[in-house]
Amino acid sequence: MDFELMASSFPKLLNATLVTLKLLSLSVIFGLILGLFFAILRLNKNIFLNRFSYFYSYIFRGTPLLVQIFIIYFGLGQIEFLRSSFLWIILKEPYWCAIIAFSLNTGAYTSEILRSAFQTINKGFIEAGDSLGISKKIIFYKIQIPIAIRQSLPAYGNEIILMLKGTSLASTVTLMDLTGVAKYIISTTFKPIEVFIVAGGIYLFMTFIIHNFIRYLEKKYSY
Amino acid sequence: MDLLAFGNTGWGDELFFATLMTIAVSITAMIIGFFFALIFTPLKFTKNKFLNFIGNSYTTIIRGVPELLVIYLLFFGGSGAVMYVASIFGYNKYIEINAFLTGSFAIGIISGAYSTEIFRGAIQSIDKGQFEASKVLGLKKPVHFFKVIMPQMLRLAVPNLSNVWQITLKDTSLISVTGLVEIMRQSYIAAGSTRDPLFFYSFAAVLYLLLTFLSMKLINKLEIKYRRGY
Repeated sequence: MDFELMASSFPKLLNATLVTLKLLSLSVIFGLILGLFFAILRLNKNIFLNRFSYFYSYIFRGTPLLVQIFIIYFGLGQIEFLRSSFLWIILKEPYWCAIIAFSLNTGAYTSEILRSAFQTINKGFIEAGDSLGISKKIIFYKIQIPIAIRQSLPAYGNEIILMLKGTSLASTVTLMDLTGVAKYIISTTFKPIEVFIVAGGIYLFMTFIIHNFIRYLEKKYSY
Repeated sequence: MDLLAFGNTGWGDELFFATLMTIAVSITAMIIGFFFALIFTPLKFTKNKFLNFIGNSYTTIIRGVPELLVIYLLFFGGSGAVMYVASIFGYNKYIEINAFLTGSFAIGIISGAYSTEIFRGAIQSIDKGQFEASKVLGLKKPVHFFKVIMPQMLRLAVPNLSNVWQITLKDTSLISVTGLVEIMRQSYIAAGSTRDPLFFYSFAAVLYLLLTFLSMKLINKLEIKYRRGY
């Protein structure tokens, strides 16, 4: 055990944790918006919108995240049309490519979680709203969405933790996140166990925080 | 379509064998994971505090740390560990471990952690009467586990194990970083030499979709078999 290496690599890894946290928070926010959007499409009676949403979540859940990042980072640059458009400013940055891939990926899982939450809402709540003469729109925003979010909290917490682990793939497109820096230290010092303990410990700590935060929210909004 | 031709002109045969490699790694990893789960599930139930701690740490650590980090640990640390064990037995030459074995082992450890949690859940939802009945009948421990608990546990676990299979199948893409030529690595090579990453990575995505789709069909059949009366 090389404790000196562990101590000296800790600040470097902690610095890289900031990158991981940035990637995680941005992609979780974008993913939640996408997920909500596609979950609503999924509940739509229009067969075309419905199929479109199903297709989206099927593709992103059926392929590895690594493939998705590579298609966006290496693949999209091949399309001339994209290269000459304003989107290229975003797509040439590995950072934004990673965020786009993560958001689309977690959006697909989130849409499935929210969809099943919407479908299991007690009909009584909606009927109660109806009989009170509340408009359909307000029932949706003020009754269905809050209940669905509460119902999906446990599953959504798992999804955030999976996403935290997913951000490690950013290291494959040259980003120096926690895993990227850990790999760099391992390959220069050839001391994998020490680095694994420190980096793994940081990941576990983050998982622990997320887990307890979701637990706290679950308790707060329980009914 | 020229790009996918078989033989020396295209990448069809290479990608075909790469797909077989992905399937082989997934199955090997799943089997290794199954054995890990069989070892660690009982630890989650023992009253011995130390063994219990080991069982819980295994699932917590592996499920809380990115797969890529576990793969790097085994990839960089694996041969060192094997050489250390070999040196105890007096063998001091350099040992290189096969990328296939390291990869399957890494993914196996990960899928084992998920399987352990599923087995634990399945055992907990088995009717208490079954445990009591086998105790009353005076069955020996192995008979009790293999003939009474395990068949019921598997039956309850199969739907969730299909999720683990899907996760495992997708996780195998990560061992491409170690250089094992499976779908992802082969696409990387092909994309590099033809300068056509969009096509090859999209094709890799199609291959993975095909694999998940076909295995889903197969698992559904299996589930029907296991759901049959009882």
